[in-house]
Amino acid sequence: MSHLTADIRTRAEELVALYPEPRSALIPLCHLAQEQDGWLRPEAISEVAELCGVTAAEVRGTATFYDMLHVEPVGTYAVAVCTNIACLLGGALELLEHAEATLGVRAGGTTPDGVFTLHEAECLADCDKTPCVQVNHRYVGAQTPASFDALVEDLRAGRMSDTVPTHGTLVRVRRSVGLQADKGAIETERATVAQEQAARAAAAGEKKA
Amino acid sequence: MAITDAPKIITARLGYDDSFTLERYLATGGYTGLRKALTMTPEAVAAEVDAASLLGRGGAGFPAGRKWSMLRKNPLTYLVINGDESEPATFKDHMLIEGDPHQILEGVLISAYALQVTQAFIYLRGEFALGLERLQAALNEAYAHGAVGSNIFDSGFSLDIVVHPGAGAYICGEETALLESLEGKRGFPRIKPPFFPAAIGLYGEPTVVNNVETMANIPWIVNNGGAAFAALGAGRSTGTRLFALAGHVRNPGNYELEMVKTTFRDLIYAPVLGGGIRGSNTLKAFIPGGVSAPWFGPDQVDLPLGQDEVGNAGSMLGSGSVVVMDSATCMVRAAWRITKFFSRESCGQCTPCREGSGWLERIMYRIENGDGREEDLDLLMDLCDNISPGVAWPPQQTTICVLGPSIPSSIASGIRMFRDEFL
Ligand SMILES: Cc1cc2nc3c(=O)[nH]c(=O)nc-3n(C[C@H](O)[C@H](O)[C@H](O)COP(=O)(O)O)c2cc1C
Ligand code: SF4
Ligand code: FES
Repeated sequence: MSHLTADIRTRAEELVALYPEPRSALIPLCHLAQEQDGWLRPEAISEVAELCGVTAAEVRGTATFYDMLHVEPVGTYAVAVCTNIACLLGGALELLEHAEATLGVRAGGTTPDGVFTLHEAECLADCDKTPCVQVNHRYVGAQTPASFDALVEDLRAGRMSDTVPTHGTLVRVRRSVGLQADKGAIETERATVAQEQAARAAAAGEKKA
Repeated sequence: MAITDAPKIITARLGYDDSFTLERYLATGGYTGLRKALTMTPEAVAAEVDAASLLGRGGAGFPAGRKWSMLRKNPLTYLVINGDESEPATFKDHMLIEGDPHQILEGVLISAYALQVTQAFIYLRGEFALGLERLQAALNEAYAHGAVGSNIFDSGFSLDIVVHPGAGAYICGEETALLESLEGKRGFPRIKPPFFPAAIGLYGEPTVVNNVETMANIPWIVNNGGAAFAALGAGRSTGTRLFALAGHVRNPGNYELEMVKTTFRDLIYAPVLGGGIRGSNTLKAFIPGGVSAPWFGPDQVDLPLGQDEVGNAGSMLGSGSVVVMDSATCMVRAAWRITKFFSRESCGQCTPCREGSGWLERIMYRIENGDGREEDLDLLMDLCDNISPGVAWPPQQTTICVLGPSIPSSIASGIRMFRDEFL
């Protein structure tokens, strides 16, 4: 039984087909799984592994390296406050402290109702609008303590659902076409390389033995 | 002040509300560079880029034409675009991706034609949700327009482009870590040599990795000729470049300026650019090229915005980010936060980088909190020396990639320039 819904599963298969090796789709597929569940459930990890032709441990091992992939539940809204250099100069530590007080959790924590997770972020590449805040990786502009509280209210009331989808949904624009260029040459070349590698590995094995 | 009348090569379209659409792109000369390139031989296109002397805009500043010529001859090669932009205080690629995605696609198309590549990947930072959507939408439009895919504009040339999201890791901006990530793995940089991407890159095949802004320059170069590009700027730094200005200035933002002909003073103080220091404070120090770069003081503001000019003065133009710190800034706090960043983002493969960054961060933290000890400054410098022997510029390397040797920059600058504050 597939854990991913039929729609997500179809999109996952489309993504796998874009790469010379299925494993390359690992991160995009983790994003898709998070779109469905908000985080990476063990069942989703197994299914991503199967789609990418690797083990679940390899998916987990890769996923835990990356800040945006979560092997534990995350709030509906992940609020990231950048405190890196430009934002630091713009009062980010004070804003983060305020955010902790407003949400009642320390950076890294999730509110008991599961609505907000607060993150202290590294530079979000929007350093002319400080302190920079993202919600579910959508920019919400420079924030003051007062505007931050209003933002939290708007999110809670669902007034921003158009611009800020729930946590996990990253790219809402679907690729319209598959690969079009002739891939015959690529496949031939890759087969040759694989054969050569296998031959080298076999030769090395014989030497050892 | 000397704000030159150099043309806007990569930001010309950004004033339009719909700058990211195919309609606007076509109405403003879009895809004419590609059409022109397809009438030329691939070698002739590469020759124009070589003549332009376009330096890579990702940080290392390697000439794009030279990099292309080093691509190992092979039946199969790849082009990978680096849109991972996460060097702190750098936000130029972000603007280009959201504001003019077709320009990047056209640059990729022309470059792929010159390199005779049939599959290209654009690796975008995962946190760029809007950028990922804009670029994917633009790519869909470009496929429908016949500019990407099979038999592009009836030329016989075919290319597929795939937009690939990252997932939050600074180190994936380093080109070999990026390739690992694109292969579905942890972002561990590979050991160079032998893994120079031009020889052994994606899936072991020869690969060119170029930055987003580098690509954005290509359509103009093909349309106007490499010589016209090389006529701007001076020395090795030709053309214009996007400078991301942040910190204590009145008008932070991205500014496209002619290289070398403009100075840090122009960028920071000109009314149409930075507009000067915020409030009534004065300039204390600035970081000329991303947080990996050593700092400069007010006596260096008249340096030209040129790669060698800044390099010879003991720092680097790096990622094109300039951070301005005013007289009220606590330098210990600034250096501590930068060190904390490196400590969080070290991939952990090399001991000096992994352990050293953590130790440095903890010592900096205690100094920042008033618990510094007599011997801390020596200890800091000793640790820096262990990561990068001599703590000189350009730095010595004991590690797999240059993230490690970048760690000492801010601490060493802080102690050299503002020793009193650290005591
Ligand atoms: C730690 C580290 C981070 C880097 N981050 C980026 C980045 O975010 N974007 C980028 O284009 N280049 C980055 N680079 C430089 C790339 O390794 C590579 O030189 C560049 O993408 C090549 O493109 P270019 O020649 O067009 O500049 C980084 C390098 C290092 C060592
Ligand atoms: S220097 Fe640091 S970031 Fe680079 S490979 Fe070594 S541990 Fe990783
Ligand atoms: S330093 Fe905060 S967004 Fe760049």
